Amino acid sequence: MTQPLVEIRNLSRIFRRDSVEVVALKDINLDIPEGDFLALMGPSGSGKTTLLNIIAGLDKPTSGVVRVGGIEVQRMNEDELAEWRNHHVGFVFQTFNLIPVLTAFENVELPLLLTGLSGQERREHVLTALKLVGLADRVDHYPRQLSGGQEQRVAIARAIVTDPTIILADEPTGNLDARSAEEILTLLQQLNEQLHKTIILVTHDPRAAHYAKHERHLEKGVLLPPGVTYTVEERA
Amino acid sequence: MAIPLKYNFRSLFVRRVSTAMTVLSIALVVAVFVGVMALATGLEMALVTTGDPLNVLVRRRGSDSELSSFISREAFQAMRFLPGVQMNADGAPIASGEIVVVINLPKRGEQKGSNVTIRGVSPVGLALRPQLHIVEGRLFQPGLREVIVSRRISERFEHTSLGDRLRFGKGEWKVVGIFDAGNTAFDSEIWTDVNQLASDYHRESFSSVLLRATDEAAVKEIINRIENDRRYNLLAQPEVEYYEEQTKAAGPIKLLGMFIAIVMGIGACFAAMNTMYAAVTYRTREIATLRVLGFKRGSILLSFLTESLLLALIGGLIGCVLVLPIHGITTGTANWQTFSEIAFAFRITPELLLWGMSFAALMGLFGGIFPARQAARQSPAAALREG
Ligand SMILES: Nc1ncnc2c1ncn2[C@@H]1O[C@H](COP(=O)(O)OP(=O)(O)OP(=O)(O)O)[C@@H](O)[C@H]1O
Ligand SMILES: [Mg+2]
Repeated sequence: MTQPLVEIRNLSRIFRRDSVEVVALKDINLDIPEGDFLALMGPSGSGKTTLLNIIAGLDKPTSGVVRVGGIEVQRMNEDELAEWRNHHVGFVFQTFNLIPVLTAFENVELPLLLTGLSGQERREHVLTALKLVGLADRVDHYPRQLSGGQEQRVAIARAIVTDPTIILADEPTGNLDARSAEEILTLLQQLNEQLHKTIILVTHDPRAAHYAKHERHLEKGVLLPPGVTYTVEERA
Repeated sequence: MAIPLKYNFRSLFVRRVSTAMTVLSIALVVAVFVGVMALATGLEMALVTTGDPLNVLVRRRGSDSELSSFISREAFQAMRFLPGVQMNADGAPIASGEIVVVINLPKRGEQKGSNVTIRGVSPVGLALRPQLHIVEGRLFQPGLREVIVSRRISERFEHTSLGDRLRFGKGEWKVVGIFDAGNTAFDSEIWTDVNQLASDYHRESFSSVLLRATDEAAVKEIINRIENDRRYNLLAQPEVEYYEEQTKAAGPIKLLGMFIAIVMGIGACFAAMNTMYAAVTYRTREIATLRVLGFKRGSILLSFLTESLLLALIGGLIGCVLVLPIHGITTGTANWQTFSEIAFAFRITPELLLWGMSFAALMGLFGGIFPARQAARQSPAAALREG
């Protein structure tokens, strides 16, 4: 059997502030094979973002191991992590996080500036990525000139332009209306099915799960077994 | 490749008001700094360019300047025939006995008066300063109460225009010419016939003597002979050196300039720091995003430092442009050695502008380093959570 792309072993994350301890993640074990599209669900505060951050090397686990493509993420220092993220991780945020003073083109080009590509090569990559998300005609628009859905598509183009190993999306539809949300989810599904991108999608949205291949639920820092859904208590 | 410069440039324009205020404060500091330095440079240049390397100026030992010095006619005659003194075409030694007095004149448009140097010279004295030339009117005639006035003095003092009459000595003197002495100390003087001046002031002796040596070796020779002559107790010195010593007045002005600039500079540094801290806080999320995309801490530090530098250099550039028009404006100050007015022009040299820009850069770097460090150190995970 081939090695899973992401291996998480006995992962815990405890936040300590003064004397208060918050157990954000408790003894998580999870394998994600290459080419998977996993929807990670759970109520607010269940530890979804924390898990995603640890996989991306933006946060360190209190204990346990995260391996991505065989590399132990938590062992790298800040600079190694930065370079590793540039090559292997595409991140999509709930709030898009485009740089407001840069155009769509320039935003998508940003991660490529860290590669050795020539200006001409960068241009080709950027245009390909923007075409893929359906924004070939918005290349020179600034974020404020785009709709929320379009902004998120630019952000997705920025996440895929370096051809990363894995795409991590933290509630990418959280700030979008239903229609735009569906467009984004469809786009992610296409990236998975047609370009075989491995995607972890963190979401509250039960509809999102229909687009993913698998679905796992977190509750109070504990990863529930496959097929078990978290108890709906606080949601209206 | 680093974070592109256009990112910093455009970001500065997003926060227009705060950027403009900081740019203005840095511009002001640079303008004041360059302005005061231009004053000092002008003063220095006015005096340093004075003198010919072959000229030897003789005055009484113990007197700071020509004004407080006296040399007997007998000593003058002895000096004229020292070996090494150059002869002119007529076979006469090139040596000029001169008298220097000071009169008080009212400044144009002001009640206040100031001391102005009057120099009595012979035709040889004129030949010794070939850089001096008449720009209006004519030369004074020996034996008449006539004077020529430097253009700078004429611009700044009453009764010194062509055709005006000046009262000093025993009566009225007519201004018959205006001269330009090529940015030397003589640009702050009024010249007349030495004999007429001597008779008006009952002077038996000269104030100073200027000699032209045949060559550089002769300069040393003449100085040695005069200084070793026990009869007269005189001090001989290359003319260039004498005027260089008088530039000491520029020292305190420079010091003052530096002091004002540093005090104001510290203020501007804080303005820059404030702007940059605000920028870092405002862009917390952007910084975190850049880190997520793979930019290292060093890149973030460099980017914000660059932004601060950019801010300061824009300020510096505006400051330089603001101060440029003062170049060439004539002003005056008291010469601390002679207690008379030195007229000179503000001099803004390319070197001075470079200093101004460097000073601006320094303010940018100091103002930017702490905010840039804060930007580089922030944790992306925490920043994204706060957003
Ligand atoms: N830096 C931190 N310091 C202290 N506590 C933290 C920190 N980051 C997260 N937590 C806590 O860890 C728990 C999990 O947080 P996390 O953000 O992972 O939840 P989440 O599932 O993403 O929630 P949401 O759906 O609201 O985004 C929460 O109780 C949160 O308060
Ligand atoms: Mg979250």
